Amino acid sequence: MGWAIAIHGGAGDIPLSLPPERRLPREATLRRCLQIGVAALQAQKHSLDVVELVVRELENCPHYNAGKGSVLTTAGTVEMEASIMEGKTKRCGAVSGLSTVVNPISLARLVMEKTPHIYLAFDGAEAFAREQGVETVDPSDFVTSENIERLKQAKEANRVQIDYTQPITEERSGIPTPDGNSRIGTVGCVVVDEHGNLASATSTGGLVNKRVGRIGDTPVIGAGTYANNLCAVSATGKGEAIIRGTVARDVAALMEYKGLSVKEAAAYVIHECVPRGNAGLVAVSAKGEVAMPFNTTGMFRACATEDGYEEIAIWPLQD
Amino acid sequence: MGGWAIAVHGGAGVDPNLPQQRQKEAKQLLTRCLNLGISALSSNIPAIDVVELVVRELETDPLFNSGRGSALTEKGTVEMEASIMDGPKRRCGAVSGVTTVKNPVSLARLVMEKSPHSYIAFSGAEEFARQQGVELVANDYFITEENVGMLKMAKEANSILFDYRIPVIGLETCSAGAAAMDNSLQMNGLPIRVYAPETVGCVAVDSQGRCAAATSTGGLMNKMTGRIGDSPLIGAGTYACNLCGISCTGEGEAIIRGTLAREVAAVMEYKGLGLQEAVDYVINERLDEGKAGLIAVSAKGEVACRFNTNGMFRGCATEDGLMEVAIWEQ
Repeated sequence: MGWAIAIHGGAGDIPLSLPPERRLPREATLRRCLQIGVAALQAQKHSLDVVELVVRELENCPHYNAGKGSVLTTAGTVEMEASIMEGKTKRCGAVSGLSTVVNPISLARLVMEKTPHIYLAFDGAEAFAREQGVETVDPSDFVTSENIERLKQAKEANRVQIDYTQPITEERSGIPTPDGNSRIGTVGCVVVDEHGNLASATSTGGLVNKRVGRIGDTPVIGAGTYANNLCAVSATGKGEAIIRGTVARDVAALMEYKGLSVKEAAAYVIHECVPRGNAGLVAVSAKGEVAMPFNTTGMFRACATEDGYEEIAIWPLQD
Repeated sequence: MGGWAIAVHGGAGVDPNLPQQRQKEAKQLLTRCLNLGISALSSNIPAIDVVELVVRELETDPLFNSGRGSALTEKGTVEMEASIMDGPKRRCGAVSGVTTVKNPVSLARLVMEKSPHSYIAFSGAEEFARQQGVELVANDYFITEENVGMLKMAKEANSILFDYRIPVIGLETCSAGAAAMDNSLQMNGLPIRVYAPETVGCVAVDSQGRCAAATSTGGLMNKMTGRIGDSPLIGAGTYACNLCGISCTGEGEAIIRGTLAREVAAVMEYKGLGLQEAVDYVINERLDEGKAGLIAVSAKGEVACRFNTNGMFRGCATEDGLMEVAIWEQ
């Protein structure tokens, strides 16, 4: 028992040769976000507040593909999406197609709390953001020179790139990426607080060179994000595989219907249900256990539990 | 066991005072769609083609809330959404915020087959539709006079209404407007007489045991623009795998929270329940306080329909001769 938190910054084909100037700032962000989450949990904050807080921090960091670091659509614009879910009540909120909202995750929470709906998208979501008075900026403020370059490379390679600038032609091609050092990904956070309340939040800029209007797994409840009274899950990777695998809900379903532990359920979903190279997830259980499996080369991830365990890693751990 | 099976729905949650004429029209439409599906299945057309065909027919008819006849947004426009899923490889496609596409379910199918993505929405979906050359119509085509009247009423009542199937004229004669909304039967917090079935759907299994599901809707009357419901969400409104195909209808938010369509498949897969047991379990246990209904077929050729609402427009048929069209609890 006790609180637990896990964070991810995306799963994908992250090369072991990732240079330190790319790796270190991302690890530092994970560490900082983990500390923010831990401090909030120690201060008895509710899990829902903690996941929102941590994901906001990740959105504000340009090193990950969410909020400020969001990758660009084929039109050179940013279209962000996010979702959040509370385990006890299964209340949830989601947004897609945001171009001016600084923290999409907070807008998702407002959809959950201030509307009769769960999911708002594009112009309607932007109008709702104005109504609610959340912080917005000019759409061009999200466009970083690094992401312009990334889009250029993607267009030259004529392919839609996954969060991690991994080539995803129809099926995975295994061709080396043209941009092997710019590994960035979706972000997510799952938390169980000391009262056993679970919550999950996920946020992303989507795919490099994605078609305008493309929606991935991140805002889809049951795919990228899910929480109930047993566990909270946030998934990352190839959105289409995660949607058809209803990955986040399936972790919970295996616990509920087959009596698996969170570690067993998460491992089963990642290694048996989703094609290799496609996905990773972070999950916590109501008992305070953590699981962070992935079937990609790596996943930026971090976790901490009340009994003092802490981990920050990218690639599989050496036994 | 084996053989094909099909089920269609035109929404869950029906006003008990729905005029007889309206009930008759709904049953006729359901029967026509069912027959269309049956003849396709008898001709060995794959399940995925059958569900698309049947939902296109439901979209094209203005009676139910999808395609022509869609409920209107607060701005008086139509924003439709749809999804489709093919059981064998769990391929899927979805669209939201479509405003000019005559048959959203076919655009969802094209997303599945002609794009690397699963889900495209709003202007991007419209652009994709133009690229694919699907039939486009002006937004006015979808807007019926009846829905314009209902939006006005919804605005007067200052509420978001599900679609409804009560002619405005009929409503006026039986004490119209907000005053009429004082009714004990409620759905989504709204009086049932102004609520209404939203959404159409079809599930089918062909004689080779391939399951498929498709769902299409105009969404809620007087909804905020940009609102996405359960219909386009894989696992919520629509799901198909190698075991079964499911299409849901009702309170979208309860269906999303309950990941209702996937839930039927999950209890079959992980708990080993049969189709009817799985459907009963999901409707009884997984909706919390929500109101919804669903239709389902299994790879074995079984069919099941369940709802906890006041009625659901539905029809089903199997190869061994079952055929049923109904609105109320039997």
